[in-house]
Amino acid sequence: MLLARVVGTVVATRKDQRLESHKLLVVRGMDPTGKPEGNYLVALDTVDAGVGETVLVVSGSSARMASGMKDTPVDAAIVGIIDQIEMAGD
Amino acid sequence: MQVARVVGDVVITRKDPALHGVTLLILQPLGRDREPAGRTLVAADSVGAGVGETVFFVRGREASFPFLPAEVPVDAGIVGIVDRWDFDE
Repeated sequence: MLLARVVGTVVATRKDQRLESHKLLVVRGMDPTGKPEGNYLVALDTVDAGVGETVLVVSGSSARMASGMKDTPVDAAIVGIIDQIEMAGD
Repeated sequence: MQVARVVGDVVITRKDPALHGVTLLILQPLGRDREPAGRTLVAADSVGAGVGETVFFVRGREASFPFLPAEVPVDAGIVGIVDRWDFDE
């Protein structure tokens, strides 16, 4: 899974019907210190995350295993909101 | 699978219900020289690994298999703790 920060929202009126009623957010991957890295992703939100929060993103076919995502055409889902990151030596 | 060092953990209160009770650790993949190689990631732990240990982990949907029959939404999972890691060439 990726650590990521929510940096935006996506509004899409015309979309696959299985994506209806789901919230789409733009996230950017980050390292454990909070430094942005990697690409921007559109992720489906399952935990009511908001812009500015640090979240856990699951990718690939595993994203469909998030709650309520069965048979949904999605390859990135936000499955948790990070309270704290503890690194060795901190 | 890939070898990595456990370098941290994450605390998450609000999460997918299927993730309750699943330990999530931060991994730093290692190269042949045992130095960091590539980006850190978060992985589910099903073998009782801890910070500082060297482990191997699986990516993709297979990462959820240790938790079957529960369907846990994870795409990386620690499946073994490395006791020793040698090259013969």
